[in-house]
Amino acid sequence: MRYLIVILALVMMAAPVYAVDPSEILKDPVLEKRARAISKGLRCVVCQNQSIDDSDAQLARDLRVLVRERLVAGDSDQAVVDYVVSRYGDFVLLRPPVKGATLVLWFGPVVIALIGIIGLVLFFRRQKKYAAEINRDIG
Amino acid sequence: MNRLAYYVPLVLLGILAVYFAAGLGRNPATLESVLINQQVPEFSLEPIEGSSKGLTNADLKNQVVLVNIFGSWCVSCRIEHPFLMDLKEKNIVPVYGIDWREPDRQAGPRWLKKFGNPYTLIGDDPKSRGAIAFGVTGAPETFFVDKQGVIRYKHMGPITEQIWNDTLKPILEALRKE
Repeated sequence: MRYLIVILALVMMAAPVYAVDPSEILKDPVLEKRARAISKGLRCVVCQNQSIDDSDAQLARDLRVLVRERLVAGDSDQAVVDYVVSRYGDFVLLRPPVKGATLVLWFGPVVIALIGIIGLVLFFRRQKKYAAEINRDIG
Repeated sequence: MNRLAYYVPLVLLGILAVYFAAGLGRNPATLESVLINQQVPEFSLEPIEGSSKGLTNADLKNQVVLVNIFGSWCVSCRIEHPFLMDLKEKNIVPVYGIDWREPDRQAGPRWLKKFGNPYTLIGDDPKSRGAIAFGVTGAPETFFVDKQGVIRYKHMGPITEQIWNDTLKPILEALRKE
């Protein structure tokens, strides 16, 4: 038990390791917070399954710096995201937008689940009906 | 109830299987560019060391040109380099270069001195500003820009003789006729 506490204490002491380099961080904490939030939603186009906030790739670093520069220049969060999307496409967004081309992606699973549930309900209803008929015939 | 209804799930599964099989065969590293048929985004790059003129989007107008993203660190760029030299020597099409993320200011010029310079103009791109303008994910990448300064085609990876003859040359000829 004592060991466990020691291990837990050590784990909690360890600061999380970020890809963000201290030299990139903005002096203004509000802007930095916005930059971090934007970076977490942008895909690193080199490593693809990481956000640029998590990635050590050089292109991800350059994109992080670009995001911060545009925020400092006075761009809104949406303007910064739009800027990156205009060059890399929706692909760069880790959360794909809901629009015509992505409707199947967003709602396909719900539709398939509904079809399954309706099928199940119909199936069991018929079973019940058959059972009732058989009971009546025997009775 | 119609017995055929029992085959509906199987048919649906089949359609999904075809869809996923097609998706698996695609290479996730080659992304379709959203910049195709868009004006070259604004960018302005400093010259590389030893040169007096850099590269901006304003330079890419009035004629069909190639824009090539390269770097001395990039092995595939070294592979396609002799072919770009060929394009220059035979005066086939002007190639503009974006020298992407050199480890130091001398690396790019040294590389070009050693192997030859196929580029009409070169922009130095230490902070990926040119690369991001073109939505580049890796080097080399090459773009066709038409007379109106519109990006018309993107090729990822080195240009080989075969790719040139099969794909790029016909595009060049078509764009010149416009």
